[in-house]
Amino acid sequence: MSNTYTKFAVSLAVGAGLALGVSAANAETPKSGGILEFVVPGKAPSYDGHIETTYAMIHRVRPFYSLLIRVNPDNPSDPSDFVCDLCAGAVPAATENGTKYTFKLQSGVKFHDGTPLTSADVKATFDKIIFPPAGVASARKSFFKAVKSITTPDASTIVFKLSFPTGSFIPALATPFNFVYSKADLDAHGYSWHKMNINGSGAFKFVQHQKGAFLEGVKNPDYHLAGRPYLDGYKAITSAKMALSIQAIRGNRAAAEFRGFPPKARDDLVKALGNKITVQESDWNCVLLGTPNHKIKPFDDTRVRQALTLGIDRWSGSKYLSKIAIVKTVGGVVFPSHSLAATKKELMTLKGYGADIKASRAEANKLLKEAGVPGLAFTFHNRGVDQPYKIVGTWMIDQWKKTGMKVKQQVNPTPVFYDTLRKKKSFDVSVDFNCQSVINPIADITKFLGSAGNNYGSYEDKPLEDIYNNILKSGDVAEQRRLIRQYEKRALSDEARMMISLWWYKINPHRSYMKGWKIAPSHYLNQHLDNVWLDK
Amino acid sequence: MRGSIRAFVTVEDTGMVTVSEIQVEEQFEDLSPKTTFMGMISLMLRKQPLGSFGAVIVIAMVFMAVFAEILTSIDPEDNNLEYMLTAPGEMFFLGTDQFGRDLLTRIIYGARTALFVGFTCAIIGSSLGLVLGVASAYFGGMFDLIIQRVVDVIMAFPLIILALAVVATLGPGVENVIIAITIPFIPQCARVVRSNALAIREIPYIDAARALGFSHVRIIMRHMVPNVMAPFLIMLTSFLGQAILLEASLSYLGMGVQEPTAAWGLMLQGGAEEYAESAPWVAVWPGIAISLAVFGFNLFGDAVRDTLDPKLRSQ
Repeated sequence: MSNTYTKFAVSLAVGAGLALGVSAANAETPKSGGILEFVVPGKAPSYDGHIETTYAMIHRVRPFYSLLIRVNPDNPSDPSDFVCDLCAGAVPAATENGTKYTFKLQSGVKFHDGTPLTSADVKATFDKIIFPPAGVASARKSFFKAVKSITTPDASTIVFKLSFPTGSFIPALATPFNFVYSKADLDAHGYSWHKMNINGSGAFKFVQHQKGAFLEGVKNPDYHLAGRPYLDGYKAITSAKMALSIQAIRGNRAAAEFRGFPPKARDDLVKALGNKITVQESDWNCVLLGTPNHKIKPFDDTRVRQALTLGIDRWSGSKYLSKIAIVKTVGGVVFPSHSLAATKKELMTLKGYGADIKASRAEANKLLKEAGVPGLAFTFHNRGVDQPYKIVGTWMIDQWKKTGMKVKQQVNPTPVFYDTLRKKKSFDVSVDFNCQSVINPIADITKFLGSAGNNYGSYEDKPLEDIYNNILKSGDVAEQRRLIRQYEKRALSDEARMMISLWWYKINPHRSYMKGWKIAPSHYLNQHLDNVWLDK
Repeated sequence: MRGSIRAFVTVEDTGMVTVSEIQVEEQFEDLSPKTTFMGMISLMLRKQPLGSFGAVIVIAMVFMAVFAEILTSIDPEDNNLEYMLTAPGEMFFLGTDQFGRDLLTRIIYGARTALFVGFTCAIIGSSLGLVLGVASAYFGGMFDLIIQRVVDVIMAFPLIILALAVVATLGPGVENVIIAITIPFIPQCARVVRSNALAIREIPYIDAARALGFSHVRIIMRHMVPNVMAPFLIMLTSFLGQAILLEASLSYLGMGVQEPTAAWGLMLQGGAEEYAESAPWVAVWPGIAISLAVFGFNLFGDAVRDTLDPKLRSQ
């Protein structure tokens, strides 16, 4: 009874939230003023967007910086809708057979220290990201493989020349980590200065950061978008545990948490606060993977890896886990809502995606026997984070046990987890993830390449690399789609290099008085806060 | 023992009585009060009512741990997602958790984890502490000084902090949890045992043993250790409850036993935060199990102390 009531209440709230959110954004006039308080779980290792990969940094620091282009804040779910941020007008189309992009910058943009922002600053920024000097880290250098040169014909023009045309360039450019830094800062203080210091041109100026407590920003009166931001400032409150975040929203100490809550937390908040809570939901460009260590026997055997993926009942998992965890969608290597993603029919041809789980598990057992390891025993290495790692990990172990395998779980705190995954590589099978910001399938699927910097399976697969190179150079979407299916089949089924569990699902319950913010398919996107306002 | 004494008595004419023979039957009857098993229980109930209650809980836990497979036919780790978060009822007496696992089954199997960790830590910790404490008292001098300063350093840390530090270094898992809990127990037991052993060391029979040329090991193990068994047993029983609580605490913090193993602290961790309101049974039952177990062992330990301590016994 209560369950039915809860479902009904949630449906109402979600429906009302989405409906009201869309119509309200159109109909309501934004109000200026007020301080937005929100909670951020996790700690930001540094303020430097060019080297960091965590939402804990983005949620706190992104409002201080501008990008050259960004995902349309009013339509963040569309993976192909980009708008200018620092550039003027519309995002330019490529010229010279898709190998040249020329951007004109807005005039009068200033950094927070008062110095004007010119094309030299944008060039210095992307030189640091794309062509970093030896010893300087750049987390997204590989996104820009096609870029040959960056030039600045004048103070307001910047030109990117590509080696070959690629559809992945513009999405890569809109990545929210590409903060535009001041060339003067880079020249004067070096490439490490931004780890501990902030001087951007974003909607808010840095005030203070009490580490472990909160970070404060105040409205930038010289912001280049007229009339923005609406807020007087914001306060990002550190919250170590999800329970604290939920209570902060419930007790109105914070308006939102932008990463996402599990369904139960959403239901509890809706039940407690009714229409004072608005819920926004979206597919999430994050997927939880299982990575077998190809250097450890018997995981060097394709049959064993195939047995691992065959044992998992993804369709049933999607149905039930979506009630208790931030996962939901069954998918392949590409973000499920994207046009390049596999259809359900295509997915069902892959090992481990069939509708008949009994048949799959029988095949898994047969393969294990053939490989000489019936009743395979191994340890599953997982990350000590509840959502969704430990939940999905426990479910995967149960799936393998139902297939006849004996699996123990080794859960490590995040630093130890990364150390084991990336450096020691002493795991049998480890949980892994692929979380990206802008949906850019061609860049996102590099995760499955043995040569990728963020692949920890310790394997080389030349045919897979060849297929990827063909995808990268293919200009035709239909051809790209066909090649991605080949790539997906080899990576997930024929060689079973890695196994996909479920794609994440983003649920953001927030106080209804917070307006203007729209959920994106990534917890990295749409966090500039220049369009957020408070209706108190 | 049954028996009788038969005397052959002759009364002479003079009136003198002569005992010519006394026959002693082989079997004597024990005239001390009869104590049956039920009588012992009754006596314990009267003298140690709380201790008896504790003993009942301990026995129940041991019974659950040993006969878990007989008490329930359900696999404690088996997910039944279609029954996730089912409320207590006819089908699932204590309800199910978020993975549809039967909570009663997991509570029963959780007793096994708790007792395994509890007994292992308590026995190893107190035994090592016993040997260290007696040796420290027996040898004295520099050896005693060094051992006691090391004990001081370890005891300066609160139990949970030290256990957390050890498990953070070694990593989570049952084996590491046992090490993490055992290490802080050793100095605690060593300190208590040493104070008793110091008094025993001064008793002449120890000097006599030395004079007879017995080895140090023999003197320690055969002449000193048996005489400090009372404080040792008291420490052992008190460690049991502490170890169970510590294991639950570490598991609750995600640094102890790992999923899908049935362990009370882990069950609490999995349910307390998210389901406290909507499915309170997920957190309530393991919480009650932990409280009862610790309560039971503490009461039982107190009763053992009262029985073994001569001062308390005389009172």
